[in-house]
Amino acid sequence: MTRPSTRAKKEGLGKNLQTVIAIEELCWGDTGLLLSWPGQGLGNAAIDAVATEEQLERFGDKWAAMAITEPEAGSDTASITTTAELDGEEWVLNGEKIFVTAAERSEAVVVWATIDKEAGRGGIKSFVVEKGSPGFKLDHLEKKLGIRASDTGTFVLNNCRIPKDNILGSSEVKKSKTTAGFKGVMKTFDNTRPHVAAQGLGIARAALEFTKEKLEEVGAEFDYRKSPNNIKSREKDYYLMEANLEAARLLTWRAAWMADNGKRNSMEASMAKAKAGRAGTLLTQKCCDLLGPVGFSCRDLAEKWMRDAKIIDIFEGTGQIQHLIVARQFLGLSSKELK
Amino acid sequence: MIDFAMSKEQQMVRNEVAKLVKGVVVDTAHDMDEERHIPPAAIQKAWELGFSISMIPESYGGFGLKDSPVETALILEELACGDMAFALAVMLPSLFIHPIAEMGTEDQKEKYLPLYCGETYKPCTLAIQEPHVGSDPVDLETTAERQGKAYVLNGKKCFVPGAAKAGHMLVAAALDGENNLFIVSGDVPGMTVGAKEKNLGLYALDTFEVSFKDCAIPMENRLGGEDGCAYDQLIQKSRVAMAAIGTGVSRASLEFVKDYAKQRVQFGEPIVHRQSVAFMLAEMAYEVDAMRLMTWKAASRLEAGKDAARESYLAKLYTGEMAMKVTDYGVQVMGGHGYIRDYPVERYYRNGRGISILEGIATL
Ligand SMILES: Cc1cc2nc3c(=O)[nH]c(=O)nc-3n(C[C@H](O)[C@H](O)[C@H](O)COP(=O)(O)OP(=O)(O)OC[C@H]3O[C@@H](n4cnc5c(N)ncnc54)[C@H](O)[C@@H]3O)c2cc1C
Repeated sequence: MTRPSTRAKKEGLGKNLQTVIAIEELCWGDTGLLLSWPGQGLGNAAIDAVATEEQLERFGDKWAAMAITEPEAGSDTASITTTAELDGEEWVLNGEKIFVTAAERSEAVVVWATIDKEAGRGGIKSFVVEKGSPGFKLDHLEKKLGIRASDTGTFVLNNCRIPKDNILGSSEVKKSKTTAGFKGVMKTFDNTRPHVAAQGLGIARAALEFTKEKLEEVGAEFDYRKSPNNIKSREKDYYLMEANLEAARLLTWRAAWMADNGKRNSMEASMAKAKAGRAGTLLTQKCCDLLGPVGFSCRDLAEKWMRDAKIIDIFEGTGQIQHLIVARQFLGLSSKELK
Repeated sequence: MIDFAMSKEQQMVRNEVAKLVKGVVVDTAHDMDEERHIPPAAIQKAWELGFSISMIPESYGGFGLKDSPVETALILEELACGDMAFALAVMLPSLFIHPIAEMGTEDQKEKYLPLYCGETYKPCTLAIQEPHVGSDPVDLETTAERQGKAYVLNGKKCFVPGAAKAGHMLVAAALDGENNLFIVSGDVPGMTVGAKEKNLGLYALDTFEVSFKDCAIPMENRLGGEDGCAYDQLIQKSRVAMAAIGTGVSRASLEFVKDYAKQRVQFGEPIVHRQSVAFMLAEMAYEVDAMRLMTWKAASRLEAGKDAARESYLAKLYTGEMAMKVTDYGVQVMGGHGYIRDYPVERYYRNGRGISILEGIATL
């Protein structure tokens, strides 16, 4: 489980479906913990996707975080300003990266930087920066609403020097606006979005199971035969949540299944994340609502699930960005036409 | 085993239905709704594809093919994507034929199936829903009482599709607190079929209130004989069927406004270039997919012969909610035009309302 994508690659097998199922189980336990699991990070997914044999040898077993986000570049990943310049046998990186998951615990960070600002997306490359590289500093860690077991930090790159062949993919700058290089990295996300969706499923299921148990203790009855129009509102709320969770799960499984079967799943992956992010957020809120004081108190975990669930609708592309991806593909619109 | 792909056979069936819908439904759905009437010729054309009788043994007039709830769900989605009223009318005889075939005694099958499994469409139906707030298919107010060699039915049903012309119908009633189905012939004394109902949606479908007052039917007309029938199984199938239909109606709305939004220009650009419009479409797109997956999951369990109480319940609940949301968005994307009956989205919206409310008007 720790490194499904590497293993899957070596075996030449798609394991996406296994992975999303496993992730749901793990996040039923704790999502912060999963994110703090060596090798689970996005950085590793990127390395697995594009690294050369030689790079796989050097970095394949290193726990790698991923640093894209900057203070002025969140959803708009193409607007990053961290730079990388070639100086002899080394790249020199300068900039600031925020909100890096596993910033402290990881052994290396895949840093996105531009080697040619004029080239826009075409100039954006990713680099493996190992901890301890000169000029690479973990500035501070954040305090967060949820997933508190996971460390999130800011890196400052101040004339940070790394070997020339730590660049992932080619160093060629493509002048055309939509380049294979940028797309290659973005493609990593097609595979990981269902994983994030699956995290949301685990959190939501934990909240739902707890809520059901508590409601039954106070006399709620769940009988799948009775008409939904003829039951108490708390029971109907519960059923609707269960149905939404199931719908999100099926969208997630479908996206993973498509990846396993070599089908292009970019739209379906975003559908899964859009749905799981939204459903998980609303559902965990509702659980707290139904539980009353038990949902507000930190003595039980309902409030934690509500705090944790919210991140699913934010990282690796906010819910709005997922809708944008779905809408563009579903409607056949370019990024110019639908901004 | 998890598989999200359709088999070749399933695709073929779906394409066949899509062809039929294109041929006899798409261009006429509006008129059928306005005129509150479905041309019998169109129904007969669909009947000839044999959806309702393919799983009935050849000895009773059917095709003797394997029963496939998944395939039926595909058919229903496709038909309902054309028009929900048409879908329900075409599949009406299934409401009587399938429970008899699945749960009837040998005598009942022999007596009733050949009547309805012929080459021409003959209406027969099922009466479950009751005309009061809190109507619940498993908590029936209609009762059956054993009196000598007869069962005596008392109670009221509503939304019984095709009741006026039905040669026979199955009537759901509680017998000593247990839910049962009874075979009732169209001309039995004590049964009254009211005038055609007027409803929010499904204008083209004939539905009726049917009341029973000391309506005595022969003892051998209890479905399944002395042991009764697996009533809950019928409810499960009917819920999945409605889920499939809900998916179809919602998809119809989505497909229509998708094209519209790309063509409609306001402020110098197609409205679909605006996020608030595009995001509605994105949400509609994934909710329709989710509805279909919920439907398929429940149908697959039924196909595997497993209990699908939970899955069918959730599928109907979900598609009921989402059909409202999706068809509402459909109207919204078109603004004032969506409100006007020249466009089909207001019909989808009215019809979509039925998914969560109606029980037992379709089955797999
Ligand atoms: C706990 C945590 C862990 C994270 N881990 C990582 C990590 O490991 N690596 C990493 O690189 N980043 C990470 N991030 C960053 C995360 O991916 C970004 O926060 C996220 O992409 C959103 O960017 P932003 O916060 O700058 O918001 P903004 O992009 O400023 O967005 C603000 C709001 O505007 C909306 N919006 C923006 N653009 C559009 C648009 N075109 N259309 C419609 N709405 C739009 C957004 O949806 C949002 O609601 C993490 C964040 C958190 C909170």
